Formats: sequence, C-alpha cells, structure tokens
Amino acid sequence: MNGAARRIARILAPVLVGILVLAAWEAVVRIEGIPRYILPGPILVAETLWTEGPSLLGSLLVTLRITAAALAAAAILGGAIAILFARSRLLELSLFPYAVILQVTPIISIAPLIIIYVQNTFLALLLCAWIVSFFPIVSNTTLGLNSADRNLLALFRLYGASRWQVLRHLRLPTALPYFLAGLRISGGLSLIGVVVAEFTASTGGTETGLASRLIEASYRLEIPRLFAALVLLSLTGIAIYWALSLLSWLLLRRWHESALPETE
Amino acid sequence: MSAAAEALRSASVATAAPLLRLAGVGKTYRRGVAALGGVDLDIAAGGFVTLLGPSGCGKSTLLRIIAGLTEPSAGERRWAGGAAAPRRGEIGFVFQEPTLMPWATVEGNIYLPLRLAGLSRAEAAPRITEAIAAVGLEGFARAYPRELSGGMRMRVSIARALVTRPRLLLLDEPFAALDEITRLKLNEDLLRLWESEGWTVVFVTHSVFESVFLSQRIVVMTPRPGRVAAELSIDLPYPRETALRMTAEYGAWCRTVSERLAAAMAPHASGTAAG
Ligand SMILES: Nc1ncnc2c1ncn2[C@@H]1O[C@H](COP(=O)(O)OP(=O)(O)OP(=O)(O)O)[C@@H](O)[C@H]1O
Ligand SMILES: [Mg+2]
Repeated sequence: MNGAARRIARILAPVLVGILVLAAWEAVVRIEGIPRYILPGPILVAETLWTEGPSLLGSLLVTLRITAAALAAAAILGGAIAILFARSRLLELSLFPYAVILQVTPIISIAPLIIIYVQNTFLALLLCAWIVSFFPIVSNTTLGLNSADRNLLALFRLYGASRWQVLRHLRLPTALPYFLAGLRISGGLSLIGVVVAEFTASTGGTETGLASRLIEASYRLEIPRLFAALVLLSLTGIAIYWALSLLSWLLLRRWHESALPETE
Repeated sequence: MSAAAEALRSASVATAAPLLRLAGVGKTYRRGVAALGGVDLDIAAGGFVTLLGPSGCGKSTLLRIIAGLTEPSAGERRWAGGAAAPRRGEIGFVFQEPTLMPWATVEGNIYLPLRLAGLSRAEAAPRITEAIAAVGLEGFARAYPRELSGGMRMRVSIARALVTRPRLLLLDEPFAALDEITRLKLNEDLLRLWESEGWTVVFVTHSVFESVFLSQRIVVMTPRPGRVAAELSIDLPYPRETALRMTAEYGAWCRTVSERLAAAMAPHASGTAAG
C-alpha cells in the first residue's frame, strides 16, 4: 500500500467496521423485536441524543468542567511534586509509597468518605478525580526529570550552572515528553474519576453531571437516554485523548522522535 | 595568529610553562575497575597534546579528571604555579558523542554556555555567529540536531566548546565516528583554529595518523590501568596541511608512534620508556 492509500484505509477501515456493527445491532433489535427498555437500536439512540441533546449538553458541561479542573490540578500539582521528588531523594523515598497507596486503592472505595468530609460537591468530585489522575503524571515526570543525559549534566557542571539552571534548561525539557505521556493517561483517568464520584454522590437537581443523568436514567429504565449519555461520555473521553495528543504533538513536533514521521 | 596567542605560544615553547600538572593521578571506579594507575603529566600552556592509547585504557577518564568532572582516587591535579583554577567557561569540553540538546536548535545549543553565564541572547548573538562560522555551519543556525549529519553534530559540539573562548580545550575522540574525508578536513580546521586562537588543547584519539598530524606532543598510554608509556615531541612544522601527509617525515613519525604504541600494548611493557 502506498502512503495515500494507507491514510485512507486508516480512516475508512474502522469507520466501515463501525457502520457494520451498528447495522447488525439495528437489525438484531428489529428482527428480534427487542423492547426499547431493554436494548434500543442505534437509530433510536441517535434520535434520543438529538431530542435530549440540549439538556444532556448542560450536564456534559458540568462533568467537563470538573474533569478539566481535576486534570489541570493533576498537571500542576503532579508536576510540582515530581520536581520536589527529583530535587530531594529523601522526600521521594518518604512520600512515593503513599502516592502508590493512593493510586492502588480503588477510588470507588474512597469516594464515599470524600463526599462525606468535603461539603462542597464540586470540590469533592474534583478531589476524587485528582486522586486517580495525578499519579501517572508524578511517576512519569519524576522518571523524566531523572533521565537527563549524564554528559549534558557534566557539561552544565563544567559551566558552573546553578541547580535552577539545570532544572530549567536541562531537566524540564528532558521531562517534557514523559510529562505529556503522563498527561494523556491522566486525561482519561480524570474523566473516569469524575464519573465514579458522581455515581457515588448521585446528587439531584439541575446542576448535575452526565454520570448522574446516566444513573437517573437507569433507575427510571429510560434506556435510550442512558445510551445517549453513554455515547456522550465516550465521545468526551475520545475528545480529551485527542486534544491531549494534539497538545503533545504541537509541543514536541520539532524535535522529539515520538512526534516525527518514521520516514522523511 | 593574534599577538597574544603568539606570545603565549613562544613562551610555552621556550619555557614549557605548564598550565596544569598531574602527579600520580589514579582512578579506581566502584566495583574495583582500575582505570588509571598513576599518571604523571604536564600540560604546557598553548600546546597541543594528544593522549593515544587502546580502547578502555582510561583516556576519557583522564580527560574528565583534567576537566574536574571526575575526582581522581589517587594523586592530584594542580594548576600552573598554584594559579587559580580556570573560571567557568575557561575550559571547553567536547565529548566522545555530540551530546547536544535535541530540543534546541544549533544556535540554541551553542548559546548554552553563554546563557548559563548570564548573557542575553542579543549579547551572545555575535559570538554564536562567529562560532558557527568557525566550524563552517553557516546556514544551519536554525536546524535541529536531528536534521544534521553525524559530522555536523560533532561540529556543533565543537562550536559550543569554542563559544566561551576557552583557555583549555579538551576533545575526546571528536572525530572517531566520522568518515575519513570529513575527519581529515576537520583535523585541518581544528589545527587552523588552534593556531589562530592560542588555546591549550588536549586531544584524545586511538588513531596514530591523527595524533601525528595534529600534535606537538603525543602521550602514549598503556592498556588499563592506564599509565604514560611514552611521550614524543613531534617536530613537524606548523601550519600542517594535506601535503604533509605525503611526506617521508610524516610517515617516519607514524611508524615511530605505532612502534611505541605496540610496545605499550605488549604484555610486559614497563610503562616507563621515555620519549
Ligand atoms: N562511570 C564508570 N563506572 C565504572 N567504570 C568505568 C566508568 N567509566 C569508565 N569505566 C571503566 O574505566 C575504564 C576506562 O574507561 P575510559 O572510558 O576512560 O576508556 P577510554 O580509554 O576512553 O576508552 P575508549 O577509547 O573506548 O573511549 C574502562 O575499563 C571502563 O570500564
Ligand atoms: Mg573514551
């Protein structure tokens, strides 16, 4: 396959598979006469998405706002913690195990506590999402900060560079691709964190996120709406991943191997 | 050659005033690898000295000790007449690999030493341009290292070492990975710069031909743990150009140096033969 054909195939092939699966789904639902409160067909889901769109979109914005805030907090605090770790081995040795513990404890089991202790719902959800998403950034960035080329470090020493200069001009640029890889993982995780926390909090009212709407729909057996919310959530996850990949590419495209074409 | 460099050169030849003296310098790495076993060496100001020895004999280690990047585990390194150690920027170091920052352009890489010294980009610009011209990389200031050939990357590394106008230039097999043609050309470029800038150069290589072509003095080292096996003063006149490689004197020196190297590599080399 030549370049152009491969590019087309890369888009066309998954789209075709998607269409086939959707068609099969629709066919099964119609032929078997499956009721809509058990399994709606994709056409019905699309219709629901269209009619319920505006109200779901409001919830989507709520979820998105918390996700973005949690991701920003994970990036800033995670990056800062990594810099502290890289600066002081003692600090890393004493705190890293706790970061791991926080990471491996299922968020679903901490979320109820957080929701009890933190009164403000926005903050409680934010905290849950932050807990699941900060770790990849911390561990990746720490690795990156410690991966600076030994000879370049020697060169900086030869020129009498201060610790700040070594950080600013050598360690941070070295760590950037690692940080961005961590950020891409954290993007998906913080969305999951928000969804889990919303499930646990299951707040009522109008200012609710997409996950609350999903749960609400499941209680009321409004399965088409549940599917519509699900589709929106998936699309959001994809969009976050895509946006972070784009950011990574923009920042690295001029020098890093990951952002370069394999052949030029 | 500038007047100052000329004065420095003739002074160094006349009195051989050492810039740096190594006395009994030894290095044993962790896990007990003895890299250097007691090196005595004077580096004359303004001179061109080559460390010649087999792979793994401790040449890079010695160069790092001279630069102050590694501490010797025995012996000491003293600056001339108890003079103060060079200030930052007075030593230029070219590593065995180009050791460039992949995220910075050619310009940015060469700017680094000046940036670390607190110069603004505008203040540094003329010197960066000068260093780029010195290594013949005009037109590539904005290129990234990945867009350069191996030889060009090495030249960027050399330009970065030159940009602070160092007194002492340490080069660790800078041309080892290059093809013969590029290598010969860069040899001549380096000599031209040395003659015009008045540096003291310590050059590491395992090529006999390269060492004879470049050096005033060749220090032949024994296999690990490295010691000085022989010192030879190469009396071929400067400036040295391509034509020199065809002369009988050059050939004779290459033979002599090869013999000394072979003797140093022999299992029972005493390691004390004089030059
Ligand atoms: N950081 C290190 N830790 C442990 N051993 C080392 C280290 N650096 C070098 N050595 C050992 O010291 C010896 C000398 O190494 P060095 O790099 O100085 O050799 P060299 O003469 O420069 O060799 P080459 O010509 O291959 O570059 C080698 O046997 C190597 O294994
Ligand atoms: Mg070496």
